[in-house]
Amino acid sequence: MSQSQTATAPSGATAPLLSVRDLTVSVRDRGVVRPLVAGLSFDLNAGETLAIAGESGSGKSITSLALMGLLPNNVSVTAGQALLEGTDLPQLPEAQMRRWRGARLAMIFQEPMTSLNPVHTIGSQMTEAIRAHEPVTAAAARAAAIEALRKVRIPEPDRRMKQYPHELSGGMRQRVMIAMALALRPALLIADEPTTALDVTVQREVLDLLRALQAETGTAIILITHDMGVVAESADRVVVMRQGRMIESAPVRDLFAAPQQDYTRKLLAAVPRLGAGAERAKPLPPAAPAPVARLVDARVHFDIGANFLGRPTHRVHAVEGVSFDIRPGETFGLVGESGCGKSTIAKALAGLVPHRGHVEVDGKALAGLTAQGKRDICRDIQMVFQDPMAALDPRMTVGEAVAEPLLIHGIGTAAERRARAAELFERVGLTPQQMTRYPHEFSGGQRQRICVARALSLKPKLIICDESVSALDVSVQAQVLDLLEELQQETGVSFLFISHDMAVVENVVDRLAVMYLGQIVEMGTRDQIFTNPQHGYTRRLLDAVPIPDPARQRPPQPQRSTEIPSPIWPIGSSPESVRLRDVGGGHLVAEEG
Amino acid sequence: MAGYLFRRLVQSALILLGVSFITFVLLYVLPADPVRQIAGRSATAQTVENIRQQLGLDQPMLVQYWRYLTGLVQGDMGRSYLQKTEVSTLIAARLPASLLLMAGGIACELLIGLTLGVVAAVFRGRPLDQGLMVVSFVAVSAPQFVVGLLLLYVFAVQLGWFPIGGYGTAAHLVLPAVTLGIMGSGWYSRMMRSSMVEVLRQDYIRTARAKGLTRARILIRHALPNAILPIIAMIGIDIGIFMGGIVVVESVFGWPGIGQLAWQAIQRVDIPVIMGVTMVSAAAIVLGNLLADLITPLIDPRIKLR
Repeated sequence: MSQSQTATAPSGATAPLLSVRDLTVSVRDRGVVRPLVAGLSFDLNAGETLAIAGESGSGKSITSLALMGLLPNNVSVTAGQALLEGTDLPQLPEAQMRRWRGARLAMIFQEPMTSLNPVHTIGSQMTEAIRAHEPVTAAAARAAAIEALRKVRIPEPDRRMKQYPHELSGGMRQRVMIAMALALRPALLIADEPTTALDVTVQREVLDLLRALQAETGTAIILITHDMGVVAESADRVVVMRQGRMIESAPVRDLFAAPQQDYTRKLLAAVPRLGAGAERAKPLPPAAPAPVARLVDARVHFDIGANFLGRPTHRVHAVEGVSFDIRPGETFGLVGESGCGKSTIAKALAGLVPHRGHVEVDGKALAGLTAQGKRDICRDIQMVFQDPMAALDPRMTVGEAVAEPLLIHGIGTAAERRARAAELFERVGLTPQQMTRYPHEFSGGQRQRICVARALSLKPKLIICDESVSALDVSVQAQVLDLLEELQQETGVSFLFISHDMAVVENVVDRLAVMYLGQIVEMGTRDQIFTNPQHGYTRRLLDAVPIPDPARQRPPQPQRSTEIPSPIWPIGSSPESVRLRDVGGGHLVAEEG
Repeated sequence: MAGYLFRRLVQSALILLGVSFITFVLLYVLPADPVRQIAGRSATAQTVENIRQQLGLDQPMLVQYWRYLTGLVQGDMGRSYLQKTEVSTLIAARLPASLLLMAGGIACELLIGLTLGVVAAVFRGRPLDQGLMVVSFVAVSAPQFVVGLLLLYVFAVQLGWFPIGGYGTAAHLVLPAVTLGIMGSGWYSRMMRSSMVEVLRQDYIRTARAKGLTRARILIRHALPNAILPIIAMIGIDIGIFMGGIVVVESVFGWPGIGQLAWQAIQRVDIPVIMGVTMVSAAAIVLGNLLADLITPLIDPRIKLR
């Protein structure tokens, strides 16, 4: 490549690598032109990382797509400049921009699971990127691709080249994306929420990797993120955006230490922090004689594969010998990384997947219930899911959606049901007038409130919150969490709170269980787990959480050499059950072999 | 893989068994009497009865069916009541023509349909897209005998580019194949368009653009293989629809295939021939579907047959 300035240029000494001036990006919708990003200006030097932070709708992703020349058809740059090494990117004709994309400036995206083409091998997708820009032979491109995979520390790169994307985990796929983006040593790398879809321990590894590669190659990075923890740990400077405008721009330490704008202060205050939970200590609900829900040696297995006669050959041990109970009025947390079985437990509790072992709700065992019995159980257990838009029927008014559980259970007259729905709307902070509207007319936070109202309509004893606040902006997230807490104090409802976000969990739960590969490896009160984590996996999880404080620099985490083992076993064999040992005060810890 | 194939073949055999039984029952309860057709109007009651006994048509239905079935598994499809020839001979003589027509029809509908679908998807929302969708709608709605006659009139009678009817050269094949394929091409263009629009929205297409690939390469290498996956299963099902089309098209163009054979047999209640053609068609549909399912994993590495 012609890229010469690989050394990190000291800020301000030379012309910046990228200089964005008054950039305005507008959408044209039925003849009306509306700006999505207005008057954005910033500079970026070689070797530097600039974070663009903001909540949804802030225009941060549109900005990155504008730089790449990948804007949707009806969106375009309408004013301003974006000079990369003196060339105004929006002015480049498409044919020339195409030659720059992937070579001079590259991009990685949020969703590693869907960002690679499922029908082509990793190798063909990587070599294709190289050969699109460099006149090299297939063999040379292949060698370069393997080298790039090695650089992102993918084990056995030769073998990976022949694999298809679905054979790799999310973290591995994101590494492939990074390798592909950096293979041609671009001057600028745009990373749009690169770790948002990844588990926290994997996020840590990917961020460490980006930093190491940057030190090596001198690539400038624009990091687009909503996560202030990630900002604090990775960025040199920060641009805070809101509704298409820049609110504040500052070096990362200054921004966190002394935010100048109200919005920035609010944004930082809303960020859930590890260690903050202990301050809001409330008395633990006593171990009541009758728990709301109880699991004893619960197991959920899924058969997969087929032999010559069509019989399954393997079994996914999604949940393996899990026991815990949820007390009246408490919030019980389930944490762990994707695939650990936490959502499967929720489904088993709600009777949505068949289980073995003993699962009871309000004293009634779920196994062997009649259809009527199952319906009755539904009145005691309700769920609130991650994506409220997907959880609400788009053709049903939200009022109907909230009243529907009453209708299904034949409770009250139509007028009574409407009245109850209206009451619930007010309770969750909406107005009864909004009941005739449809889900798409609400914001994400409002939709989640509607889902909470619907869950409350049957006055359940337990509400399962499966990543219920994970998709919400931090400020909205804080409001919904407050709402849940108020509701618990008023009605005494219990929550099973499932989340991957350790900081949020610390803020809301009374007790929690840490899951790994379908089994509980540690369980105890919030204080026991967060102030005195005993199991190695719990510690890893806690260590990986990014801390929204740039003053606290942590050394890179040692890279995990292997992937999480598979919970899939041949029929007939099964994983070894971990043994939980009480280390005092009901704090249970799995013995590590 | 071997297990999968074995189970699918067993399944296929069961389907064919079901088809044979249902068709047999339907033909049995039909009010038309095949014996009268054979004997003719002037035959005496005694002659009619003799023929009935000769053909075994005086037996209970299940006995007749069992006889037919045991013959069928040994490769004996019976003899035509009217042409006094083995049904298998009749079909064997005409099957190649029909298969050729069918292959031509499929090639036509895929070539036209997929091309138009891809073009419409690339220009989605613009006048070209809207125009193509109107054309595809017309193609779907037009009855095959109308399309056939229209093409005959324009390209054979007026322009004289192709022969009016018959069988033998590649030129003979063009008009019948286009007629057969045109309805399907309307379907496929619509399906391909929506499949392609969906694929073009995927993250991996954005990745391909971010890599700096050319538009053509993105379209052909990254979008097309993904967009075509749902279409392949449709082609298998399509063979069934074609069987209906073949009867019409072969009549219009005087194509000597099994469609014509079936048409003649139905008119004269020639039960063994009707059964034979039905079984061959059913076998073609079952095989077509099996083939489509076997092709899919070659394109989509996520699909494993077990």
